[in-house]
Amino acid sequence: MKTFNKIVMALVYAFLYAPLLLMVFFSFNSAKSTSVFEGFSFKWYGELFSSSDTLEALRNTLILAVASALIATVLGTIAAMGIFRVRSKFFKQTMLTVTNIPMMNPDIVTGVSLMLLFVFVGRLLGASEYLNFWTLLIAHVTFNLPYVILNVLPKLNQTDRSLFEAAQDLGAPPAKAFSMVVMPQIIPGIISGAIMAFTLSLDDFVISYYTSSGFQTLPLKIYSMTKKIVKPDMYALSSIMFVAVLALLLISNIFQMRTEKKQAKAK
Amino acid sequence: MKKSTNALLNAPYAVWSAIFVVVPLFIVVVYAFTDAEGHFSFDSILALKDYGHNFLISLLYSLVATVITLIIAYPFAYALSKTNEKTQRIQMMLVMLPMWMNLLIRTYSWMNILDRNGIINQLLMTLGLKPATFLGTPGAVIFGMVYNYLPYMILPIYTVMAKMDNSLVEAARDLGCNGFNVWRRLILPLSMPGVISGITMVFVPSVSTFYISQKLGNGKIMLIGDTIERQMQTLNNYNLGAALSLVLMVLILVSMFIMNRFADNSGEGGLVA
Repeated sequence: MKTFNKIVMALVYAFLYAPLLLMVFFSFNSAKSTSVFEGFSFKWYGELFSSSDTLEALRNTLILAVASALIATVLGTIAAMGIFRVRSKFFKQTMLTVTNIPMMNPDIVTGVSLMLLFVFVGRLLGASEYLNFWTLLIAHVTFNLPYVILNVLPKLNQTDRSLFEAAQDLGAPPAKAFSMVVMPQIIPGIISGAIMAFTLSLDDFVISYYTSSGFQTLPLKIYSMTKKIVKPDMYALSSIMFVAVLALLLISNIFQMRTEKKQAKAK
Repeated sequence: MKKSTNALLNAPYAVWSAIFVVVPLFIVVVYAFTDAEGHFSFDSILALKDYGHNFLISLLYSLVATVITLIIAYPFAYALSKTNEKTQRIQMMLVMLPMWMNLLIRTYSWMNILDRNGIINQLLMTLGLKPATFLGTPGAVIFGMVYNYLPYMILPIYTVMAKMDNSLVEAARDLGCNGFNVWRRLILPLSMPGVISGITMVFVPSVSTFYISQKLGNGKIMLIGDTIERQMQTLNNYNLGAALSLVLMVLILVSMFIMNRFADNSGEGGLVA
């Protein structure tokens, strides 16, 4: 049984990583091919960094991800507090259902529905171009919001209301009582919501594809690159992204383990 | 005072989601039932009958892909939950890492591997075999779905398995239950919630994909996502695109409804609580 388990796991890992490892391997190919390896070289990495297109797409992606994550985090945290505090069951349920819509709908439907909204409004206003950076930003904030809310809301539900009241009894004004008592308890939820929003925005292709024009992000750039015959420069780009993601995951895991150890010690 | 604070906190998000979540869905309906000039029309809805085949193969391929991912993910998640707890965190990270790579890149990489001059065919030829055609076949598209969404199936199943109380399994064994029955009467019903969310997380993106079929189907296989993409991006027929999206949305809602009914029924006969 133990060996069977091990074989299953090894096969799944091989399956998951085969295309990624091949991609890294061929990014070092000296030839133009992505299937015949001729020799080792860094040439495609050099080409990548000398291409202003790629660097601009990278910059655009980061601007969009930071802006949309920031807006979604602020708006989402406020929304989570509103949903948490509201008494009406019906209103609470409605808000939660609406929050679930972008998560349940397939990306293509979210993208198409937003695109049609922008086209509709654009035609009403008589604009010649319906899509731009702002429509893309609105789309990203819209699909990021549910993730922030659903990360913050459980933390709010865990907070002890009497602590907030005690702080006020002891003379703290509500705003101060909130920032000193409630905030420290929900901040982990806000941070994980913000990180999730940031990464979702970085990675999104489908929704961006329908709601952007002109403002090219990295996934959109990759899409247009894969429409033609691809040179290993796209593999080089992907390999860099792979290493960056790996580093991010490692750092966040180490960070998490440390806080868990600290908490265990405090107990 | 309190009421007004609540309203102040709720207003921005309520307005935002009304404009950017609810209204767009209504606009999809409006576009589906109007023509290019904005007059009420059934043209787009009637034109849907030409796309029955696309809906059918989308449904079929994504169902097959979902079943295959389940068959791979279930034993994997079980094996993972039985490994040393310290390595589980690292293993989870390994499962999630490919998910963090963009789907376009992962799919493109497979396209190269499965290509006529790709690595697999090179291997076949060195072994003295004839090269095979993979791209453009339904198998390649289903394969792409399985590969891209496998982690979405592993994660929820692993989460429920890791939470499972091992003393229940021991108790069942002490009471004389054999290996298969422990699985059928205890582990399976307890892992059902993970399986259900895994199925949803694989089925929904599979049935609506267009990039996987575009690349691995070599343009020969038009799934419903491809037809929507073509209407919206190439032909600029927003009305037909909206009608197709509307049907896709309904299709997914109906599938989820059926699955939840099915899950409720299977839960009853399982563990007596």
